[in-house]
Amino acid sequence: MISLSGMLMTPVLAAGLPVAAINWHSVLFLLFASLASIFAVGVVLADNVVRMALYLVFSLAATAGLFFLAGAEFIGAMQLMIYVGGTLVLLVVGVMLTAQAPFVSIKPSAADRALAGLAGSSLLVVLLAAALSVDSWQRPGLGEVTAPTATPLGMALLGMRVDGPAAGAATGAVANGYLLPFEIVSIHLLVVLVGAAYLARAKRRRTPRSIDAAASAVSVVEGSERVELPAARPPRSGSASALVSGGSK
Amino acid sequence: MAAFLINSVELPEWLAWTITALVAAALILNVIAGGALAFIWAERKIAARIQDRLGPTRTGGRFGWLQSLADGIKLLAKEDLMPDGADGMLFRIAPYVSFCASFCAFIALPFAFDFVGQRLNVGVFFVIAVLGLEVFGVILAGYASASKWSLFGAMREAAQVVSYEVPLGMCVVVPVMLAGSMDLVTIAEKQAGWLTNWYLFHDPFTFVIFWVYVTCAVASVNRAPFDLAEAESELVAGFHTEYSGLRWSFFFMAEYASMFLVSALAAILFMGGWNGPVPLAALAGFSEGTGDTAHYLVRVVGLANLLTKATLGVLFMMWIRWTLPRLRIDQVMTTCLKYCTPIAAAMFAGAMLWQLAFPGGLIPGLARPAGEIREGWLEGPGGQSAPVVVPSVDGTVAKAVR
Repeated sequence: MISLSGMLMTPVLAAGLPVAAINWHSVLFLLFASLASIFAVGVVLADNVVRMALYLVFSLAATAGLFFLAGAEFIGAMQLMIYVGGTLVLLVVGVMLTAQAPFVSIKPSAADRALAGLAGSSLLVVLLAAALSVDSWQRPGLGEVTAPTATPLGMALLGMRVDGPAAGAATGAVANGYLLPFEIVSIHLLVVLVGAAYLARAKRRRTPRSIDAAASAVSVVEGSERVELPAARPPRSGSASALVSGGSK
Repeated sequence: MAAFLINSVELPEWLAWTITALVAAALILNVIAGGALAFIWAERKIAARIQDRLGPTRTGGRFGWLQSLADGIKLLAKEDLMPDGADGMLFRIAPYVSFCASFCAFIALPFAFDFVGQRLNVGVFFVIAVLGLEVFGVILAGYASASKWSLFGAMREAAQVVSYEVPLGMCVVVPVMLAGSMDLVTIAEKQAGWLTNWYLFHDPFTFVIFWVYVTCAVASVNRAPFDLAEAESELVAGFHTEYSGLRWSFFFMAEYASMFLVSALAAILFMGGWNGPVPLAALAGFSEGTGDTAHYLVRVVGLANLLTKATLGVLFMMWIRWTLPRLRIDQVMTTCLKYCTPIAAAMFAGAMLWQLAFPGGLIPGLARPAGEIREGWLEGPGGQSAPVVVPSVDGTVAKAVR
């Protein structure tokens, strides 16, 4: 509905008013950047875990929008998949671990706020100083966006460089890719996964009954007290007989 | 279309891009909303027939054509209630989060060769990533409702969707591997030609993995027999227990949109996309240079092909919904982790080995389209590797591209 009215309105606007050409790239950049910043501030200021997670998701999604705007589609999709999807899990775990009341509220003390504000603002100052000191970031770099596909990236991870002049055309040698770092990271992640599964698995506790069973098994092996096994039964048979007698009453 | 507006109508570039974006958005919105209307009617009729009933018969003529419209009016007129204890902001925003996630995934979904909102060279990845975000709205809804049923439903949904993303991702990787690209347009174009070129019939492994994909897709869009999040026999209505009216209907539009989306994705990945079972265009002598009108006609036929396949997929989902009983949550997890994931992994390895063993296909007569060229990257350095240049929203860039 909104888009339809927008469609009808725009030509009228163009015919009636002399509107300066809009550089959509800048407009969208400002839009996404301000969204990311606003929601990042929201994460800090909110005192409810789930609202924080929501703002975090919006902030990260706006960052993904910035990536898409820059033509880095793979990174953008990755951002959506890993960070936004990861926040989802964070949210679930956060709610499960912290929820004691229906709506969890986190209110830091004034001292905490002051400390966090100090640390955060000093970091921000350092970052800003660093960012402003880079010359090539001072002017808008709106060159031609020739988005490389994800294929050279994937091939480079498999050990073949097909991009750029380093592809080994002159020397005939195949340029090195990133197979080794990729494999190291993969193995590392696998180890982490196995470790997580080990830590999170349901631990088998030794219940008293199983300890008894183990003890009786030991005694059976020893062969000294074979009587012990049937000896464990009298209470049960007693209760059964009590039931029977109760029934007969 | 932007190029057409700039060159023929001579609009300024920023305006041309705005109009193009708005038209694309409006079209996608209409696909979602119109699709939901049609599918809700179809679901009512199919459920009724499977249960030996008639379903809607009166509203709007003999077959109850207008039943969905009547439902919509009822939902519009219904009061949007919110529980007293609910977290108001989260409660209100949750349906829109779900709906936006579904909507965003449609942006990268091609409906025919040129008919795509924004062609991304990582289209599959994008669609899968965005589709996973739909669950976020569900979790928010479950949490914000301040109801135990809702929270249970949301937690189940979170566990289920996060688990099923693993085998779903593995299934999707197989067509990506065969096509050598994550671009949905490229993947579908690789399957042009006769029926036998579809990746479904590429080798036995892809045939099996297609069914794994179907299972995971049904689970990831939260349809029966995997609709644990709203299991009405246990959780009243699960995550949307407290919702009514328009907000509730947004959840359902999102659900039907996702169903359509995963079906269309299945059609593109495994069943040739917009390529029909018989290459009519090629038989009729159309080629790329035949002319604009014929060209356009081929696209429209392709669109009809894709919509038919996707609709069949949605109808298939309805069929199994009304046929199979709901699984328990532990059975759902077992299906995912003990069956779908290992099968998908084995089939992935199998498809890879098959491709190595029979690169030209098993039967020589049914050879695939020549080349198996993968964006030119195996043709050596200096070969004709043409990077896909993606026009951004910036007008100047687009002009440079064209």
